[in-house]
Amino acid sequence: MLAIAAARAADSPQYPLDSIDQRAQPCMACHGKQGQARRDGYYPRIAGKPAGYLLNQLRGFRQGRRYFPMMSYLVQLQRDDYLRELATYFADQEVPYPPPETPRVSAATLDRGRTLVMQGDAALHLPACRSCHGSRLLGVEPAVPGLVGVSQDYLIAQLSNWRNGRRAALAPDCMAQIVRRLSKSDASAAAAFLAMQAVPADARADASFERPPQMKCGSIPNGGRAP
Amino acid sequence: MKRRVLAGAITLAVIAVVAIWLVPTDRQSGEAPPPAYTLSADPVERGRQLVTLADCRSCHTAIGGKPFAGGRAIPTSFGTFFSPNITPDAATGIGRWTADDFWRALHDGYSRDGKRLYPVFPYPSYTGISRRDADAMFAYLKTLPPVAEPNRPHELAFPYNHRVLLAVWRLLFFRPGVYRSDPARGAEWNRGAYLVQAVAHCGTCHEARNALGAARSPRDGRGGGGQVLGWYAPSLTDPREAGLRSWSVADIVTLLQTGQIGSSAATPHASAMGPMAEVVYGSLQHARSEDLRAMAVYLQSLPQIAPHPASRFFAMQYTATTDTLAEGRALYARHCARCHGDNGEGRPPAAPPLAGNREVTMSPDLDPIRIVLFGGYPPGTARDPRPFGMPPYYPSLSADQIAAVLTYVRASWGNSAPAVLEDHVEADRGNPLW
Repeated sequence: MLAIAAARAADSPQYPLDSIDQRAQPCMACHGKQGQARRDGYYPRIAGKPAGYLLNQLRGFRQGRRYFPMMSYLVQLQRDDYLRELATYFADQEVPYPPPETPRVSAATLDRGRTLVMQGDAALHLPACRSCHGSRLLGVEPAVPGLVGVSQDYLIAQLSNWRNGRRAALAPDCMAQIVRRLSKSDASAAAAFLAMQAVPADARADASFERPPQMKCGSIPNGGRAP
Repeated sequence: MKRRVLAGAITLAVIAVVAIWLVPTDRQSGEAPPPAYTLSADPVERGRQLVTLADCRSCHTAIGGKPFAGGRAIPTSFGTFFSPNITPDAATGIGRWTADDFWRALHDGYSRDGKRLYPVFPYPSYTGISRRDADAMFAYLKTLPPVAEPNRPHELAFPYNHRVLLAVWRLLFFRPGVYRSDPARGAEWNRGAYLVQAVAHCGTCHEARNALGAARSPRDGRGGGGQVLGWYAPSLTDPREAGLRSWSVADIVTLLQTGQIGSSAATPHASAMGPMAEVVYGSLQHARSEDLRAMAVYLQSLPQIAPHPASRFFAMQYTATTDTLAEGRALYARHCARCHGDNGEGRPPAAPPLAGNREVTMSPDLDPIRIVLFGGYPPGTARDPRPFGMPPYYPSLSADQIAAVLTYVRASWGNSAPAVLEDHVEADRGNPLW
């Protein structure tokens, strides 16, 4: 019996029990092994997202800027330092991205999506997604998330949450202003284009902005300029 | 409409029947000296300590809201209550209240405007608080930054939305009275009793309630805990639940301070989850250790009830089938054994033992079901800022699988608790999470 127990202990957990890996196990029930997301696309990938972004979200669930009871329940009674440690843990995970989704929309819609993501729409005062979310749409350190590598459904759901007041970023909430100018069909077009992008193997958020964003965003320290 | 009238009639009939049964006769009333109690001489600091122990902030703060500005939803079987703003804002808070008004609310259950307060505000416990301490709590609340946040009306079902019925409730179930020291006990025990019964109002969750939400008389000997926010708060007088008779005072203090205690010869493993985790996080971890010690001394002294024969009779009905146990065993090996051990022995500090764990074997089975469905972390505290957590299993296991694995765990390694029914798991999915 002892031999069986010893063998089991040796071959199942690869990490020490008293570790951050073990502490992060509850997150992986929904966000997948090492935070790489499960197949259903409902719970987002968290692996490799900038740590500052992940921490802002965890604090958002605690402070009511984001609404998902299961997440609020998990983080409500934890201290900032612990949430930061968990955020950093998932930011540091380098695990493969899923293959891109196959398009479920027309070519015209995809074209519209590409325009919004890469160039924006000056007439609607919509900046390109790319202008803030990184040259490869993989985010910008320390707190802007990547937009590729999550499902189309997740992207659409988040944009609707902003529209319905069920998601907010730190004030001033620049994303809320953008979503107000973004029609539902434009939101779907951008999400469809983003979900079709293959993610390169060396995927990483940009270290800094090419040009500081024009809008003021509470989650971007120092307006995106080097400190 | 007919249904509503019927509901009202039934309620009034229940009130009448309950009135005959339960007219309380043994509660003390009137002013009495507070127990020997050496808190800070500075009233504001003493008030802060008492407000912390009473955990006013927890109920009077909405998620993401300003502290003490109210608006937290408190779902109950009577409807949803919304806590009021208790910051000193003149228009929306208690800025215009006097110390007399505050005393009347705490001690008598009346608002400043003369309205009867619903006992979801635990004045049946707070009535035990001394005038001196109530004044200190008020003095502290007056120092908070005022927040302009209008109160949200409660959303209650008929007939509970009629405050006038509280007159009957009060007549039946409420007698005002400051805590009276028991001269046969020491100062520390009395201080603990005062803190547990009045200030920290532990019984608000941990005592069984009748159909009208009043604490059942402890004399009926049935024991049993209460239900709050979808969780079961185990009885503090039942050795199968959260009775603390066999624990050391030091272990009780550790549990109150950290929400966790590892198992030892004298103490089974315990961890605070759900609302109790919130109490530890917001209140008890910040309490002075001499106060926690006094509370522990009192809690340890509580008389324990004898196991009730009726529960054994009902247990017979729920004996698991061999198939269920086999399915539960397979699920356990696949999903649980890596952390909790092949024989439920646990792998401290990451995972508690399940063999001999009262949280697992408790009846009702609400808490074990919730912990498997939603997982969760014990509170982060100064003494354990990085607690280990349990993963939620609702994304990966069906209701009948969760019932099977819990049934297996509750019947293995010396555990002998009734089987868990799939219906219970299904019902618990819909309960409020936060």
